[in-house]
Amino acid sequence: MTAIHPPSHKVWWKQPVDRVEVVWIGIALVWCLIMFFFMPFWHVFGDQNYSGEAYRVTPERFNEKVNELVEQYTVRYETDRQIPVVRPPAGSDIYLLARLWDWYPILELEKGQTYRLHVSSVDWQHGLSIQPININFQVLPGYEMVLNITPTEVGEYAVVCNEYCGILHHAMLSKLYVVESDRNGEPQS
Amino acid sequence: MKPEFRTCPDSGLVFHRPAENLIKANAIAATIFLAVGGLLGLLVALTRWPAVQLLDAAHFYTVLTGHGVVLLLVWILFFEMALLYFCSAVLLRSRLATPRMGWLAFGLMLVGASITAVAILQGGSSVMMTSYVPMPAAPHFYLGLILFAVGALIGTFIFFGTLVIARDERTYEGSIPLVTFGALTAAIIAVFTIACGAIILIPTFLWSIGYISEIDALMYRLIWWGMGHSSQQINVAAHVAVWYAIAAIVFGARPMSEKVSRGAFFLYILFISIASAHHLLGDPGLSTEWKIFNTSYAMYLAVLASLVHGLTVPGSIEVAQREKGHNKGLFEWLRKAPWGNPVFSGMFLSLVGFGFIGGISGVVMGAEQINFLIHNTIYVPGHFHGTVALGTTLAFMALSLWLVPILFRRELIWPKLAMWQPWLFGIGTALQAFFMMGAGTLGVSRRHWDMAFAGSAFEWAYPGMAYTMMALNGISAIMAVAGGAAFVIVIVGTIFFGKRKGAIEYSATRPEMLRGPAASLSGHGNIGLGAKGFPAPGTFVLAMFLLLVFVVYYFVNYGYLASVWKFS
Ligand code: HEM
Ligand SMILES: [Cu+2]
Ligand SMILES: [Cu+2]
Repeated sequence: MTAIHPPSHKVWWKQPVDRVEVVWIGIALVWCLIMFFFMPFWHVFGDQNYSGEAYRVTPERFNEKVNELVEQYTVRYETDRQIPVVRPPAGSDIYLLARLWDWYPILELEKGQTYRLHVSSVDWQHGLSIQPININFQVLPGYEMVLNITPTEVGEYAVVCNEYCGILHHAMLSKLYVVESDRNGEPQS
Repeated sequence: MKPEFRTCPDSGLVFHRPAENLIKANAIAATIFLAVGGLLGLLVALTRWPAVQLLDAAHFYTVLTGHGVVLLLVWILFFEMALLYFCSAVLLRSRLATPRMGWLAFGLMLVGASITAVAILQGGSSVMMTSYVPMPAAPHFYLGLILFAVGALIGTFIFFGTLVIARDERTYEGSIPLVTFGALTAAIIAVFTIACGAIILIPTFLWSIGYISEIDALMYRLIWWGMGHSSQQINVAAHVAVWYAIAAIVFGARPMSEKVSRGAFFLYILFISIASAHHLLGDPGLSTEWKIFNTSYAMYLAVLASLVHGLTVPGSIEVAQREKGHNKGLFEWLRKAPWGNPVFSGMFLSLVGFGFIGGISGVVMGAEQINFLIHNTIYVPGHFHGTVALGTTLAFMALSLWLVPILFRRELIWPKLAMWQPWLFGIGTALQAFFMMGAGTLGVSRRHWDMAFAGSAFEWAYPGMAYTMMALNGISAIMAVAGGAAFVIVIVGTIFFGKRKGAIEYSATRPEMLRGPAASLSGHGNIGLGAKGFPAPGTFVLAMFLLLVFVVYYFVNYGYLASVWKFS
């Protein structure tokens, strides 16, 4: 029994180390370094990153920006609750607001176009989870996160809240549409 | 001197009576909370089984908050207090520093845990163990946690005090044993952890009673995870120490080299603090450089430390087995291991499960961009049941099955049940982790009452496979809980009904000084397969296999990530 006894040499750091340990430490260290360098590498060569762009924002200010977007670009309403679907121009700034317990508004985007998506919460913390591609971000009140997104596939996506936000958290679900891009940039009717 | 010391005739350990009593009290409290928390876990898992959905939403969130707090904080910390007292007073044959303060610590922890438990049960504090602001909990939810933490801090200082006493009174020769060193690592991290806890929970408490108007959501997360993450490093240091202890107890294994094992523990202290960054990879408001640096410190040296223990713990067992003559081939040492002894099987399942399930998944999802695929999905609970349930909890169970009979001088009741216990709990938990990780990969959220989104204005259906996985998770949970119940039954049964092993007599004379085994500068002789310096070739092969799985899984995830929408 010796891991529960004092080490055999009083000066334990003089005990020789077996080669098997040295070899393993070397291999493991190389892997650890690879894992570290892969993160900056992906920032340069990968297409899925978050730049870290974010701003402080008050709930009131964010609400205003969202309402501007909705006023300008609403193309239709969905569900009994008349939730607006907005179709902003390709390449523009778009806004998505999280609140208890819905996402506002519904976004309709064009495939292959890049948008500056601003996300924030006006009350508690929420989680932005886009399904089925399964991309997930934290949404914080007071912070406006900016993601440059480029949908690559046409379809109907779900926007799920995956940060616990109270009793109706499980019902906080919305849609996001990605449609074929049309040349002149006008919304199809 | 009062008759305060006894030497255990079975194990040779020396117990200082006040330390012994405190170890018993903390271990019993831990076991009771484990039973409660496990039951809550069963309710959670059965609710998340879509076809069963046992509880309604309000109860589910309350029970889930309870499950997280009771197991992650209360069970583990009570047990760790017992472990700290054991690794100091018992392993060093010393008297315990300030036993009265030990009872104060115990009382504070008990009262604190009870206050928080009441707050949760009252239903107004279903905020999850993370209690992210600005979602409010009742003030006594935070107050109980603060009292609990103060108690744990006192216990930690008693541990330090006992080390000082043991050194002053020369109760041992040379350096402290490796296991005590591991416990020391855990205790040092605990001080940092509890400081973070105080910095964030005290203002949050003041906020909840109206003295502070606002707490920034991001700052809360940053500091909360300074506590939440480091406390996991306490657990890792503690359960690695337990692995070494069990290797020593069951096999008489010596650390392959003290230098490497101690160095690895030391890395935990150096490279832990802000590694909480990996909880914030998907958050706005922190720069990319900050995230990448703080999630890895440029070389993942805390991960390296765990990889080192992953070799040296089984390696020390392999060396011990080979020296005993199980020296054929790569794996005779492992085949001939005492698989029917729950102390060993629990430890080994904990080691393998922690490495392959908890460890790999944790590091992979801690890579900045892969995190976007996993953040807040049920993959995350899958991962940490691999670390904290399979790794820490099972290691603590294994140690208890050895320690409780010694502490209480009673024979373990129902040895057959005890024999199956680690397998039930270990395999059940491993499957649970696996299925939660699978469902999370398909997008299912954590902390979510209904994956079918009942009551929402919209509809969305996860793939059928995700539903199947959540059902299988429920079934695995039943198995894990059966294993947990077996543990509680065996432990409680042993304490009350185990056959007595003879009178407990304390003596007034001080125990003899603890000495290390004779020096063996020669190294590990001629064992192994003949390769010089490779006394543990089987372990090396297993370690390389782990690394292979790790590397493949890492790049599979980046590969999948490359296929989704572009974002920057
Ligand atoms: C043996 C039986 C156990 C079962 C059946 C079980 C089941 C579960 C399930 C299904 C979840 C995920 C719930 C969700 O996010 O929707 C969960 C969460 C959790 N479990 Fe367990 N678990 C068990 C043991 C443990 C142990 C031993 C620990 C810790 C030592 C633990 C700590 C946690 C924590 C901290 C959470 C997260 C709570 C939160 O999200 O706030 N569990 N458990
Ligand atoms: Cu939400
Ligand atoms: Cu939510």
